[in-house]
Amino acid sequence: MSAPGAWESVIGLEVHCELKTRTKLFCGCRNAFGEEPNTNVCPVCLGLPGSLPVLNAGAVELAMRIGTALHCEIRPSLFHRKNYFYPDMPKDFQITQYDAPINVDGFLDLPDGTRVGIVRAHMEEDTGKTTHVGGGGRIHDAEHALVDYNRAGVPLVEIVSAPDLRSSTQARLYVSELRGILVAADASDGRMEEGSLRVDANVSVRRAGTAELGTRCEIKNLNSLRSLGRAVDYEIDRQVALLEDGGAVVQQTRHWDEDHGETVALRSKEEAFDYRYFPEPDLVPVVPDPAWQRDVSASLGPMPAERRAKVSALLGPADGPARVEQVSTVVELGLDALVVAAVNAGADPVLALTRAANEAAAEAERARALDAASFASLVRMEHDGELSATQAKAVLADMLELGGDPAEIAQRRGFEALGAGSLAAVVDEVLAANPAEWERYRAGEDKLAGFFTGKVMQATSGRADGKAVAAELRRRRG
Amino acid sequence: MTDPSTSGRAAPALGIAAGVRRGDPSAAAVVQRHLEAIDEHDGVLHAFLTVLHDSALAEAAEIDRRVAAGEAAGALAGVPVAVKDNLCTRGVPTTCSSRILEGWRPPYDATVVEKLRAAGAVVVGKTNLDEFAMGSSTENSAFGPTRNPHDPERVPGGSSGGSAAAVAAGLVPMALGSDTGGSIRQPAALCGVVGMKPTYGTVSRYGLVAFASSLDQVGPITRSVLDAAALFDVIAGDDPRDSTCLERPSPRCAERCDQGVDGLRVGVLAELLDGVDPAVGARVRQAAEVLAAAGAHVEERSVPELRLGLPAYYLVAPAEASSNLARYDGVRYGLRVEADTAEAMNSATRAAGFGPEVKRRIMLGTYALSAGYYDAYYGQAQKVRTLIIDALAAAYQHADVLLGATTPTTAFALGAKVDDPWAMYLSDVCTVPSNLAGHPAISVPFGTDDGLLPVGVQVLAPALGEAVLFRAAAALEDAAPALSAPRVLAR
Repeated sequence: MSAPGAWESVIGLEVHCELKTRTKLFCGCRNAFGEEPNTNVCPVCLGLPGSLPVLNAGAVELAMRIGTALHCEIRPSLFHRKNYFYPDMPKDFQITQYDAPINVDGFLDLPDGTRVGIVRAHMEEDTGKTTHVGGGGRIHDAEHALVDYNRAGVPLVEIVSAPDLRSSTQARLYVSELRGILVAADASDGRMEEGSLRVDANVSVRRAGTAELGTRCEIKNLNSLRSLGRAVDYEIDRQVALLEDGGAVVQQTRHWDEDHGETVALRSKEEAFDYRYFPEPDLVPVVPDPAWQRDVSASLGPMPAERRAKVSALLGPADGPARVEQVSTVVELGLDALVVAAVNAGADPVLALTRAANEAAAEAERARALDAASFASLVRMEHDGELSATQAKAVLADMLELGGDPAEIAQRRGFEALGAGSLAAVVDEVLAANPAEWERYRAGEDKLAGFFTGKVMQATSGRADGKAVAAELRRRRG
Repeated sequence: MTDPSTSGRAAPALGIAAGVRRGDPSAAAVVQRHLEAIDEHDGVLHAFLTVLHDSALAEAAEIDRRVAAGEAAGALAGVPVAVKDNLCTRGVPTTCSSRILEGWRPPYDATVVEKLRAAGAVVVGKTNLDEFAMGSSTENSAFGPTRNPHDPERVPGGSSGGSAAAVAAGLVPMALGSDTGGSIRQPAALCGVVGMKPTYGTVSRYGLVAFASSLDQVGPITRSVLDAAALFDVIAGDDPRDSTCLERPSPRCAERCDQGVDGLRVGVLAELLDGVDPAVGARVRQAAEVLAAAGAHVEERSVPELRLGLPAYYLVAPAEASSNLARYDGVRYGLRVEADTAEAMNSATRAAGFGPEVKRRIMLGTYALSAGYYDAYYGQAQKVRTLIIDALAAAYQHADVLLGATTPTTAFALGAKVDDPWAMYLSDVCTVPSNLAGHPAISVPFGTDDGLLPVGVQVLAPALGEAVLFRAAAALEDAAPALSAPRVLAR
């Protein structure tokens, strides 16, 4: 708990997730990031007079995948209009789901065991994007604004958590886990840096042990896990300081200023918009039939928690914080299937995991395409001492870049096995050539192990296994 | 394809199409003649906001080429059609009679305009309306009022007043209007022509600039019932671009107009006679007698819930309009009044671009949707809609169609009601129930009042009941007392 002293923080998150559909929510324009401004637009997503929305069934399917993955009840739903004026919103209303959302009452289990309620996960359309030009890019000093409507009408699912999070750490954990689920459900590409996931945080504090919620503030513009963590911590500190000074928290929407590391008031409850919600008359209710729901449910692969458990089970007792981190990494990057397949093909679980979480993870996209049998062979060769760790990494790098069989690559690179006998001979030579250092090492100067390992590596052109060298040294010291 | 030469029923538009398909007269000659009539008479009437001389003649030439080549030329081959200026036409100004759309040319055609062209019709111009279809006299046009061909000192009704006046004066044989609370039927009645509002969801709204989305429908305005049925057949049909379109088979109403009313159960609605001018009421009674004489069972019916229609309508329609008209913000198209901030530009643009009636309805609608008032206003009005639908369903247990007045009065003088919005709103009292229920209804000219102004009689039918609606309308047309010729009339 990061709540200082007797204060407890209460956090609920609203995560906007862009769905990776081929087309937009209500028209046939391409849903694509980073293209020439105002090229993926048509009368519908520009809100031209006379145009009408038509719901994209693919977006409904992805929303149902998200709902299923979050253990929600999927219900018949309605679209409403949320009315407010903004230049990057073509119709000056947003089509969203209000009191009849498609997904309700689910949950998400954090890796730390906390169960976080999912209040709802509803569909809505994204707005365009405004760029303020001149005056250093700040809204109030800008000379003019440019609007790109490529994003207008891109399908979103807004996932609203219950106020079940108690620290910035948990908030980050939640978003990270949710991101994994959205990617595993094949609903989102999960790219926070491209705005595929955008987070608003509702933060309040209260005395530990009280049931009543404190007055909350909603923080907007949290576009990375780091911003989320910093903003939540800042806001908790701000609210606690206010209350300890005898003041009161005012219900507000606040903006996270990344550069200054602070939240700034945008508007108070009294200034809040009256969105004048009413049912969207241009659309009909969404009633997914049970067969469709069953198909969606059946096509959903295992979620990250289940996949982590599967990898962990392979490791047996070789667990620990470092291992947990490695397991998370391979699952997050979608390399767990590779590890599992390699282990099933006889590879050592810990070594397979380590190579996947480190070297393969650096080239995750290529690694996902790696042949599991070849990866298993590589891990086995290293484990059996046919390749040193350094050699194994070099072979893996070749496999990732060019593909191919590890044994052939090793041969091509001239990585012949350095058997135990020849290693011992080399170690003998190195010790004989450096008698003074050897004496000091024997006397207990452990850091000289590195010196000897370096000499052995030099003598073997890197073919020796560092661990084997260390073992030889320890054996000789007695 | 209906051939009026065999049915004997009046159908000026179908008559033109039949001739064009035979090659006599040519579509070019037909269109040229109508363009000349528009040039000659529209200075007085002001039914048109845009006349498409060049494109109309080019389209006519294409029809003639098809006829000469022996290709199918369409049910409405060469028929000049006027289109209300709230229907999008590619590259052609679509103003909704509002300053706020100044300079805007849609990049696409409304689905109904595509369907017209596919049937061989030739769009000759865009017609005047009350701004964004809000009004009952066409006086709320930013470009000046349209005059009634029967008496140029009187209004043509509205909001499709330009379309109704153009048809009544013979400038075109048929036109498209839109009907949100009576905007096709009321001007048709006041101008002495046929105007029909289809079942909600039967005609695509794609390209119809929205006023109140849950009420709007596009429909025909013609000089005869058979022409109206034929135009309805052309524009009806599912559209993947309009989610509220119903999947239904082609209605084929034109070929069933002549089936008569023998045995048909007709309910004369007390609520659609209440408070109407005696002269109008007398014509409705006469119409009931005509149907009875043709073999229908005529009974008095009362559906008291219909009295709630007008107040419910004036909550639902402005509420939806307040949202639909938000997009006219000066950012992307139309008028922009420059100011220091986006918000100030937005306010200045809307203040300058919208007329007083549009502003009044945006205010009404914004209020009706506001937090704390939603349940009392918009929510309550939606309950009234359900009430009216249920009450009408009960009435249709005992009747196939219902009969009543289209409007409480005949055409009123220009300026008579412009300063009294409530008096103007009362013009819609007989027509709004069909919009709230989503049901079809038609106004058929049925004689005149003492001042020789046209009277319209309205027939209402249950959802998807267009075929029976047109049958009853045709029977009324057969026995309708003659109208006097409009004072402004193309020969």
